[in-house]
Amino acid sequence: MSIVSVAHLNKVFEREGQPPTVALADINLEIDEKEFICLVGPSGCGKTTLLRILAGLEKPTSGDVRLDDMPIAGPDPQRGMVFQEYSLFPWKSVIENIAFGLEMKGVSKQERRQVAEEYLDIVNLEQFRDAYPHELSGGMRQRVAIARALANNPRVLLMDEPFGALDAQTRNVMQKELLEIWEETKKTIVFVTHSVDEAVYLADRIVVLSPRPGKIEEVINVDLARPRDRTEPMFAELRKYILRRMEEGASVR
Amino acid sequence: MTADMDNKKKNQLRRILIPVASVLAVILLWQAIAVYIIDNPFTLPSFTQVLDAFYRNLFGPRGTLTKDVVISLYHFAIGLSAALCIGIPAGIAMGWFRTADQALNPLVEILRPIPPLAWIPFAIIWFGLTHASAGFIIFIGAVFPILVNTYTGFRNVPNVFIEAGKVLGCTSSLGQIKNIAFPSAIPEITAGIRISMGVGWMCLVGAEIFGAGTGRFGLGKNLWTYYNLHQMDSVVVYMLVLGFIGIVLDIIFRHYVTKQTVRWQGQEM
Repeated sequence: MSIVSVAHLNKVFEREGQPPTVALADINLEIDEKEFICLVGPSGCGKTTLLRILAGLEKPTSGDVRLDDMPIAGPDPQRGMVFQEYSLFPWKSVIENIAFGLEMKGVSKQERRQVAEEYLDIVNLEQFRDAYPHELSGGMRQRVAIARALANNPRVLLMDEPFGALDAQTRNVMQKELLEIWEETKKTIVFVTHSVDEAVYLADRIVVLSPRPGKIEEVINVDLARPRDRTEPMFAELRKYILRRMEEGASVR
Repeated sequence: MTADMDNKKKNQLRRILIPVASVLAVILLWQAIAVYIIDNPFTLPSFTQVLDAFYRNLFGPRGTLTKDVVISLYHFAIGLSAALCIGIPAGIAMGWFRTADQALNPLVEILRPIPPLAWIPFAIIWFGLTHASAGFIIFIGAVFPILVNTYTGFRNVPNVFIEAGKVLGCTSSLGQIKNIAFPSAIPEITAGIRISMGVGWMCLVGAEIFGAGTGRFGLGKNLWTYYNLHQMDSVVVYMLVLGFIGIVLDIIFRHYVTKQTVRWQGQEM
């Protein structure tokens, strides 16, 4: 039984004085529990739009989007999200940021502290507990953002190019840590990236999208054992194959 | 090593000595010009005459300086608290709700350019010769910077904060105002309050001189009284006291705000 199901999803952006843009056309996708899904594609392929629809931040033009067989109507703590931009509240300390979702739920102060500490521990930032976001590096900020999303215990974790703004080395470290967190928390993750390398490193399945209109080009199972080695021939081959598919998808139009 | 420390000490000494020397030089020059060149306490009272007047105003049997300070601060408190009570909610409403913006924006733009002192006739007619009429003028001067800054602060809340809040379960308008937009706008709001305090303090003098208030006490009021009595040394005392209190208010506020927001902003305002 899939946890997220997307059926015949279309999204059209209407702009005044401009022809409408078809961002997503007839998207069908089933995501299983505890699966790690990566959405890849060139910019403008609608991968972020698809994620935002799953989050409830955008409404589909037509089609059916469900979580646990319930239609997605709007933003909900059931679906946690990590943004590409730094989204931590600068006026709250690390621990207060992590506890924010629980505060909104009306969880008592003592209990939310306790839960927040737990997730602070998962992302290994105990010593930055009372620091403010401006005191943290980019990688640390995204780790706090992940902890903040997880503290709500969501059914799905949605991630929109969360490591896009980080340097290559930090990015690799973060990918490794994310996999550890994923294994520890057993969450279903939908992860948007434009980096094929990142997708092949992380995902169980890779959804390749092609641009204008955004369509699913292919869904690829990644059968490489973890931890994956980027220098391994299979890894390189898969990466090459996906890049080629993306190019084909872009050049047909 | 010792040379280095010597240098450091020297620099510290210079940092204190040069400003002090500069002020002292101006006082000496002032005194010399007043006594030896102008020689007319009406045109330019000397430094020592001003000091003497300060003592009389503070401790003399007819001195009202303390009372004037208290009354002026009272006027200021009335005006500033009214400005906060109206400016912040109005700014929030206009910054957050489009309808409120459309309804109130033209009103604000019509009223805002009217110089606060132009309201004095109506302040006296509406409130009479009371503390409230002086407070009203200060309110007019102070309310717009607070309102406009609150409005801008709310307009500039990064969208990603709002969306992050939504996916974390903060979905009601009221919840978003309270938990996200307001804290995010605090730096702008406090900057607005600081400007308002400066403008309000300036309006105070004008309001009191032109007769708003009870007409007996107030720094602006009695600055004008001493002018009418041709006691210019006391006028200078009142000028300096007005400036001094203005800067003290600013320092107190800045100190308070720094404590509250610098923690998360990582920079001085």
